[in-house]
Amino acid sequence: MYDAPHTTERDVTQTEIKIAAKNVQVYYGDTHAIKDVDVQIEDKTVTAFIGPSGCGKSTFLRTLNRMNDTIDICRVEGDIRIDGEDIYDKRVDPVQLRAKVGMVFQKPNPFPKSIYDNVAYGPRIHGLAKNKTDLDEIVERALKRGAIWNEVKDRLHAPGTGLSGGQQQRLCIARAVATEPEVLLMDEPCSALDPIATSQVEELIDELRKDYSVVIVTHSMQQAARVSQKTAFFHLGNLVEYGETGKIFTNPEDPRTESYITGRIG
Amino acid sequence: MPAYWLFLIVLAIAAVGFVLGRMRALQSAKGDSRALHSLKGYYGWNVALKVLIPALLVLVVWQLAYPLYTNATVAGLIPEASVNDGSSADLVLAEVRRTANGLEAAVASGQIADTQARDTLADPVAMTDSLRSAGQIVTSELTTPILNAAQHYRAMGETGALIRTVVVLLVAFGGLFWGLSDSYKDFRARNTVEQTVKYLLIAAASIAILTTLGIVLSLIGNTIRFFNLYPASEFFGSLTWQPSFGGGSELGIWPLLWGTLYISFVALLVAVPIGLFAAVYLSEYASPKLRAFAKPALEVLAGIPTIVYGLFALLTIGPLLISVFGPDGAGWMTGTRSVMTAGIAMGIMLIPFVSSLSDDIINAVPQAMRDGSYGLGATKSETVKQVVLPAALPGIVGAVLLAASRAIGETMIVVLGAGAAARLSLNPLEAMTTVTTRIVSQLTGDADFASPEALVAFALGMTLFVLTLGLNVFALYIVRTYREQYD
Amino acid sequence: MTDASMPTDTPRHGKSIMVADAHTKKRNASEKRFQAYGLAAIGAGVFFLLVLLGAILSNGLSAFQQTFIEVPVYLDAAKLDKNGNRDPEDLKKVSTFGYNPLIQNAILEQVQAAGIDTPLDKASEMKALISASAAAQLRDRVIANPDLVGETVDFRILAASRVDGYLKGRVQREDLARDKNIDAVHLDIVDQMRERGLLAKAFNWEFVFGADASESRPEQAGIGIAMLGSFFMMLVVLALALPIGVAASIYLEEFAPQNWFTDLIEVNISNLAAVPSIVFGILGLSVFIQFAGLPQSAPLVGGLVLTLMTLPTIIISTRAALKAVPPSIRDAALGIGASKMQSVFHHVLPLAMPGILTGTIIGLAQALGETAPLLLIGMVGYIATNAPDGLVEGFMSPNSAMPAQIYEWAKRADPAYYERAWGGIIILLVFLLSMNIIAIILRRRFERRW
Repeated sequence: MYDAPHTTERDVTQTEIKIAAKNVQVYYGDTHAIKDVDVQIEDKTVTAFIGPSGCGKSTFLRTLNRMNDTIDICRVEGDIRIDGEDIYDKRVDPVQLRAKVGMVFQKPNPFPKSIYDNVAYGPRIHGLAKNKTDLDEIVERALKRGAIWNEVKDRLHAPGTGLSGGQQQRLCIARAVATEPEVLLMDEPCSALDPIATSQVEELIDELRKDYSVVIVTHSMQQAARVSQKTAFFHLGNLVEYGETGKIFTNPEDPRTESYITGRIG
Repeated sequence: MPAYWLFLIVLAIAAVGFVLGRMRALQSAKGDSRALHSLKGYYGWNVALKVLIPALLVLVVWQLAYPLYTNATVAGLIPEASVNDGSSADLVLAEVRRTANGLEAAVASGQIADTQARDTLADPVAMTDSLRSAGQIVTSELTTPILNAAQHYRAMGETGALIRTVVVLLVAFGGLFWGLSDSYKDFRARNTVEQTVKYLLIAAASIAILTTLGIVLSLIGNTIRFFNLYPASEFFGSLTWQPSFGGGSELGIWPLLWGTLYISFVALLVAVPIGLFAAVYLSEYASPKLRAFAKPALEVLAGIPTIVYGLFALLTIGPLLISVFGPDGAGWMTGTRSVMTAGIAMGIMLIPFVSSLSDDIINAVPQAMRDGSYGLGATKSETVKQVVLPAALPGIVGAVLLAASRAIGETMIVVLGAGAAARLSLNPLEAMTTVTTRIVSQLTGDADFASPEALVAFALGMTLFVLTLGLNVFALYIVRTYREQYD
Repeated sequence: MTDASMPTDTPRHGKSIMVADAHTKKRNASEKRFQAYGLAAIGAGVFFLLVLLGAILSNGLSAFQQTFIEVPVYLDAAKLDKNGNRDPEDLKKVSTFGYNPLIQNAILEQVQAAGIDTPLDKASEMKALISASAAAQLRDRVIANPDLVGETVDFRILAASRVDGYLKGRVQREDLARDKNIDAVHLDIVDQMRERGLLAKAFNWEFVFGADASESRPEQAGIGIAMLGSFFMMLVVLALALPIGVAASIYLEEFAPQNWFTDLIEVNISNLAAVPSIVFGILGLSVFIQFAGLPQSAPLVGGLVLTLMTLPTIIISTRAALKAVPPSIRDAALGIGASKMQSVFHHVLPLAMPGILTGTIIGLAQALGETAPLLLIGMVGYIATNAPDGLVEGFMSPNSAMPAQIYEWAKRADPAYYERAWGGIIILLVFLLSMNIIAIILRRRFERRW
């Protein structure tokens, strides 16, 4: 089940496990931030992590592409496999891992470069384009996938910072998509956006599900309900419940989940 | 009465005024301090400030204005004829002042009788001799007009001191009575004192403006005097710098500017890569331990006075370069002083300047920018080179410009390390000279301040001031617009 | 669902993350290189610091040691006091020329008594061994105590600079051909005297507390008087820059309205901070000396110039300290009916004081090391030979300052003065270091985090 992710004989209806995490512990110095989390994230699915703030959902998300490596005091234990490969193995180069597992952040963070250069950044550093035309194509494809092509195609060389918040976030998604990852991690991608921009990004997430395994951390239960197929509820560093989104929201097993979705804790 | 005695007396009057003012106010409230409008101390301060401020103001203005007045009067006494060829009224006036001071000192030490010093009919030759034997400096033979002018100058100084004492004391006592007459219980002493203090604060803040004004006026005034004696077209047009105190100097600024810029360039060549890479490493890679050690170590370099770097250039770097490039080595270098000698020392001095400025600027780049890049799978160096540095570029350019302005204005390192030969050469192992070294040598030499050879220093100073100020304003503008981008 | 719905336009890597591909290897190599550059840069900075400190210590420490010759000198009454009445006025009439033969005789006697093998047998030939200052020192001692005449006193004489240099390794026998001041014969005597303990190095207090000497007597030169000059300058700076700087900062931080005048002040302060120090020297020369007629070379003028130079530093740090006091403190004072002025002077200022003092000390340290403006107002070396008589003299009479004294020594031709210059730097750095340590301690102990 874990092997041969590149086999052509794939049945999309049958969900494959993309990421499998077992007994994951995360420590920040002396703080035990993530306790014993087991989760299996499926391919071509939107998985939502929900929970009150400080519950560890973002921290866990960041362990999936080793963004926590940049924080000195952070320590990860346990076993996280992508396509059966342990991402905390010594042989793994986090740079290659992150090319495979892209990330979109809470606040849109376009580089102070042109729109084109923002999107071309990933393909350039990973050497994905053979030549200029190739790169142009990659950029165009990524921008189209980011559902922002029509808005920016006439000003590809204008600075990315000049776009509106929602456009910036979609640009960042296009930027992440351009490196052709297999998993997209999104850390509260809509929390800095207005409702209209939010709905645009949510639509986009739904689109992306066709090609990627998407993991989204969100504050808003409505958003989780709208975009995700699977939902994981985190509380105080524990994964309390994980299952079909519909089931979590209508018929949770754990009383803590119920309290949260009915608004009693949060 | 010397000025400092007068100053102490005014202080004493103010202190007495403080006590009296407080007492009077308390008396008017029949000893009940609650009946006073303000706390009783304020009544004291009210009187003290009314004594101090006007009296000291008068004293300072007098100290500044009276010498001008005496100079003008005495200058009027000197007949045209006694200004020799090759000399100027300024030179003669300086001679007069020197003589007057000599007379004063000789009388004070008892070597010349006061009456003799005042004798307007005294034989100038005899007077020269007696001044000389009293150990006073007399540059040439005195003439009767100069001696008389000196005597007049001295007399004016004496009357001036007397008038000054009287006027200052009058003003101080006036202030005392004014303050005391205010000291009754309903007087709003606190408000008055606070208002006065506020004006004092404004005055203190205005000293910055006055300083700039002083710099600009002293530079402009003397630069104009210089250009009256020496054509500006030569100064800015000539490629030779050859001052000779006998006259006929060639004072072209270009060799000096070239030396200045060349040495600054070498310094930046040392400081910018090292400073920038050190800043990048410290902010992006270094472990907290290394940072805690390396950052202060680099900052120590910034706290070392420039004279130390000058000595280091002259006595350590110079000989080192000579041993490599000198007659025993490659044979390209003849003396320890050279563009490289000064440039390297200056570069070392600028390392912490560049690194700490760059460090601030690099840290101002938001972490989200780095995260975005790491999230795409970029390595740290790719993130630094392609995201952080481009984002920080304007700030770094500003920092480099600030460093350049420092280098251009630096004096001690080049005075000791760069040499005195003004030449337009490309060889960095040759001695060259700079604007700042020439300012020092022209103003500490034997030239009289009225000669173009000395006055040129002011024109050089003006050039330096304009150059560094321009660089700074530009750099600060860049840095500030850059900072606003992320605020 | 069929394969047709597969995103065929997305070529997946499908590569294992366990194996680094060639491109990644290249990228990681460049990452390593980049890191190495950074480390090298820090290494270079630290290396320069170490070399600088090494040069200072290795060249300068020897300045604190000086070679002395201990010798009993017979103070011949027939030569020094012909009248025989020990009258100090009479003794003063004998110039140093009268003392030189006595000292030279004493040395010769000692050399012969110690059985030192030398072809020299004339007293005057001993001259090259001793400092030219020895006679003056002996004369001063005799005038201070006339009863010594006729006695034999043990006298510690400064050895000549070349002898000192020979002991310290600065003067080499190979260089003697070019040296007019000493020759091999004398150095033979020196070697033997050293073996017999007649001549030795000792700590030289005169270097720390003495006055500068003329160009030909490096062995006698000291930095003490220049230190006094620096001290009086620092008094001026402290007395002016601290109150003016604090007053200006209080105005700008607490009272100044947003208008063009405030802007003008701000612009001026930030620009003054960047004006080259030599320009302040020009200002001092033309405003304080030429215009206001203050005496040249006086620590008062030096202090005034350095005050103007230090003001921006003090203002900037004071404003930062005032800014760090939270507005709630001001509100609390105003809330119980204090005036704005009272809230500032009773509450904000005392709370900001540690920060202000730290900034002031750092400003003072900066001023203490500054040289260039002092050269223009004439505070160069070899100006004062005696300590000033009093406070007023200290401010008004010509003097030098430590860094200017160091510069003066560095300019002189005799390499013996280079050692002095490095030694002077050690003393200067000791002052700077202590000031900075005081500032750090102040900051650590009193700084409040809000």
